[in-house]
Amino acid sequence: MKPVPIRVVLPAHLRTLSGAGMEITVPVAGPVTQRSILDALERQYPMLQGTLRDHVTQRRRPFVRFFACEEDYSHESPDTPLPEAVASGAEPFLIVGAIAGGSGLVERP
Amino acid sequence: MAETNGGVRVLVGTRKGGFVLTSDAKRENWDVSGPHFAGWEIYHMKGSPVDPNRIWASQSSGWFGQLIQRSDDGGKTWTPVDNKFVYDGVPGTHQWYDGTPHPWEFKRVWHLEPCLTDPDTVYAGIEDAALFKTTDGGKSWNELSGLRKHGSGPRWQPGAGGMCLHTIVLDPAAPGRIFIAISAAGAFRSEDAGETWQPINQGLRSEFIPDPNAEVGHCVHRIAMHPSRPDVLYMQKHWDVMRSDNGGASWHEVSGNLPTDFGFVIDVHAHEPETIYVVPIKSDSEHYPPDGKLRVYRSRTGGNDWEALTNGLPQSNCYVNVLRDAMAVDKLDPCGIYFGTTGGQVYGSSNAGDDWKAIVRDLPAVLSVEVQSLGGNGNA
Repeated sequence: MKPVPIRVVLPAHLRTLSGAGMEITVPVAGPVTQRSILDALERQYPMLQGTLRDHVTQRRRPFVRFFACEEDYSHESPDTPLPEAVASGAEPFLIVGAIAGGSGLVERP
Repeated sequence: MAETNGGVRVLVGTRKGGFVLTSDAKRENWDVSGPHFAGWEIYHMKGSPVDPNRIWASQSSGWFGQLIQRSDDGGKTWTPVDNKFVYDGVPGTHQWYDGTPHPWEFKRVWHLEPCLTDPDTVYAGIEDAALFKTTDGGKSWNELSGLRKHGSGPRWQPGAGGMCLHTIVLDPAAPGRIFIAISAAGAFRSEDAGETWQPINQGLRSEFIPDPNAEVGHCVHRIAMHPSRPDVLYMQKHWDVMRSDNGGASWHEVSGNLPTDFGFVIDVHAHEPETIYVVPIKSDSEHYPPDGKLRVYRSRTGGNDWEALTNGLPQSNCYVNVLRDAMAVDKLDPCGIYFGTTGGQVYGSSNAGDDWKAIVRDLPAVLSVEVQSLGGNGNA
């Protein structure tokens, strides 16, 4: 199956890390899902490996969220097909850092 | 032997990025570059003693996890290297704060210790406590799991900052000899390059441990060694400043006349193995200097007799902390001492602590300070 360019929006810190712009496109062949998008993203930008999902378990990091077409897909299976608007390139897949997340909540003694 | 003809490069890790401070050998005027990795926590930056242009940085974020960055040009440009820290086998459990079993989970890299002889080899101390090593310049990391599997692991517990391996000391006289410290497990020594380990905590006393002979469980904050005398170790414990004269086999207290023996940092003068430095902090519940006075204490007798160094440091209304990896010494003559505070100041002394000056005042909270003494060509 011919890869389709999927639009992805990265959070600011990962734009800096990857050197990518605010919105990028990654080629995805086959069903367009969280997993296939993240696989393609990590192939294109290897420095993002481990920043969105655990290296071993592949589970989403707790303070990372995924949105598409104004819906929260963070708690969906990573293999759930995303909306046609994302698969067709009409809408981007949004990767968002949770607003209240992060460490630094405990002083480092 | 003193290196006097180059300058110094001070590597500062902060809560929101890394900074590189450079000066000539006079150490009066400083160039400040940064923030590098703006917005990320930089727990530690350290240069290779073999190739000072190679610098390693631990970059982390509660959102996006752990990265390791490597510079090969003295901190001007950086490249992310492998960030996969996977425990060897099934890691099991350690004690949680309430004594219940808690699964081992990777959280971050606290400390990077470059090898003394090979620029491609680096040790990494991580939370939850374990020791990792790369021998290929950061392309891959592997756990030296003999430490975690020593047998006492299920009895280790986190200190207030997490269960972190924060100190790695390499013995220049015996390449296979490594000392590490974990909060709150204690100190350990390996004689075989990290394959096997033994706890070295005899003589430590901790109020929160009922057994006075407990093999592990002590909250060691920092260990320092002078390279010319690797059997002499100095320790800032949670409470108590300690000394060992036999490579950690036993410890005795040298807190002496300190106003408080709680603190985090401890370091040794570059040319005087009996001259050591600490920054007393009021208590474990009040993480600031006693009486609002920021004072470095120096002992020229290897402990017990301490003098306050105050010239140039704030002596009123100062309530910052100095964290465990936030003090370093250069190798110039006179020896330079540097430390950073949670208030964002980095203080330096170019005369072994007699006088101090703020190199920078308004950085994010400082997590770590390291210094490189540069040769005459400005590179190595």
